[in-house]
Amino acid sequence: MTGGARNERTLRGCVAVIGIGETEYYRHGASPDPEFKLALKAILAACEDAGLDPREIDGFSSYSDDRSEASRLAAALGTHRLRSATMQWGGGGGGCCAAVGNAAAAIVAGLADCVVVFRSLAQGQYGRFGQAGGIHTVSGERSYLMPYGVLAPPQRFAMRVQRYMHEHGVRQEALRAIALASYHHAQANPRAVMHGKPLDVEKYDASRWIVEPFHLYDCCMENDGAAALVLVSAERAKEFRHKPAYLLGAAFGSGHRAAATAHNAPLYATASFDTVAPDLYRMAGVGPSDVGVVQAYENFTGGVVMALAEHGFFKPEEANDFLTFENLIAPSGPLPLNTSGGNLADCYMHGFELVLEAVRQVRGMSTSQARRSDVALVIGGPMVSPASNLILGSEATL
Amino acid sequence: MSNPSTRYLPAGLPIPVAEPDGLSAPYWEGLRQGKLLVQRCGRCNNWQFGPEWLCHRCHAFDPAWTEVEPRGRIYSWERAWHPSHAALKGHGPYIAVLVELPHAGGIRMVGNLLGDPEQAVAIGADVEGVFEHHPEQDPPYSLLQWRRP
Repeated sequence: MTGGARNERTLRGCVAVIGIGETEYYRHGASPDPEFKLALKAILAACEDAGLDPREIDGFSSYSDDRSEASRLAAALGTHRLRSATMQWGGGGGGCCAAVGNAAAAIVAGLADCVVVFRSLAQGQYGRFGQAGGIHTVSGERSYLMPYGVLAPPQRFAMRVQRYMHEHGVRQEALRAIALASYHHAQANPRAVMHGKPLDVEKYDASRWIVEPFHLYDCCMENDGAAALVLVSAERAKEFRHKPAYLLGAAFGSGHRAAATAHNAPLYATASFDTVAPDLYRMAGVGPSDVGVVQAYENFTGGVVMALAEHGFFKPEEANDFLTFENLIAPSGPLPLNTSGGNLADCYMHGFELVLEAVRQVRGMSTSQARRSDVALVIGGPMVSPASNLILGSEATL
Repeated sequence: MSNPSTRYLPAGLPIPVAEPDGLSAPYWEGLRQGKLLVQRCGRCNNWQFGPEWLCHRCHAFDPAWTEVEPRGRIYSWERAWHPSHAALKGHGPYIAVLVELPHAGGIRMVGNLLGDPEQAVAIGADVEGVFEHHPEQDPPYSLLQWRRP
């Protein structure tokens, strides 16, 4: 390694996903298993997929205060030792890619060799994200919102999207195209919660408002389940069962004062990727035109509009022209989006199902395989701080 | 101090209180007195909302609380239909607005837009503040709502 290369701090090509696993995905409240058991099932499935002895796992990484704590997992699984346990701050699925980045960083830094990244979430057991109850008094950020009925994520994010639509002339049809694409892909995915429940224009238009500008189908589901993947260094990646999916880059964070309370971020109408997307492309050494397939976290479709624009696929003023159903579907749309069905129609696994789907795309094993899938982008929860994203690539992209 | 006002949303939603460290106590106490107090740094005159212990521009601690006139213009809005809280079941739609205060450095705050919940709402429209007092609640509190002049 030259002196120059040693100074280049990057995750590019240093680690690879060797296994993915998920539980059955359930409507909230329908899981027969407790949340921790779901986590164990997903992790064991990921190890089985890789052909890895689970006792070799020496690190865990998650986000959004996952309740399945690393030391308990290590004890339950009987791992030989625990070396890395990383929790990404922040909620709203903003950490679904950061958790992978943190795990990769631990491996690259020599802190661990075999790290599981996972999310386990049983909203039926611990409370639905879409309902605010059992709270008598509130302080801080929530106190400026909840007494006015800005209670749950739909109301927290609708004003941000409304402002964006106002500034850039984005029409409801652009949001609708995203919902239609997710549901379309879910019909090909037998694991998807909304498999067998197609959506069309008439059904979308007739659906009730949750909060304007979000119809019912603009909003993610609330589910129970768990998803996991296993990361190892690139040197070891070919020892396992499947074609490795290499991490080309990851980035996290948000711009200047993005989290200023009571909706006071200087740049308000943003998905929080204004600084994070350029960081990702810089590390990955690719640009938007190299990306063949995208998984973009839909808490709400409006967040996807903003996130895709901030990742350079179109200018905000072009959103209405770019965001059409035909453009967003596999195999041949210019930008196949959420090819498993995503948070809207596959499962709201807090975005981690999106990371697994990107791995399937790189492997060539998706139920809605994109024509170009050597470079697969995942965009984590938009409109939150910290946000995160990542790019996976096949061996050919290294 | 203040008489109960007509409430825009039904009782039972979370009640705002200052943090245990008291950061926002002057704001909530101000609303109870019918005054809108926000932070303005005594050193660099920077406006700041929500409150913080530090001025984000010049890093002077404990920005001063300053009374400002409760008027502004609609920066964004939403009309909520789905009840995300048991207290809202059967209530019907309501409007939340994000109001910016150009005379206070463009700080923004969220409230409800009084009047017909199905009225058309325009970004950029002028609004004026209306204090909504709940002295009968435990703990007592006041909100700042908005209406078209």
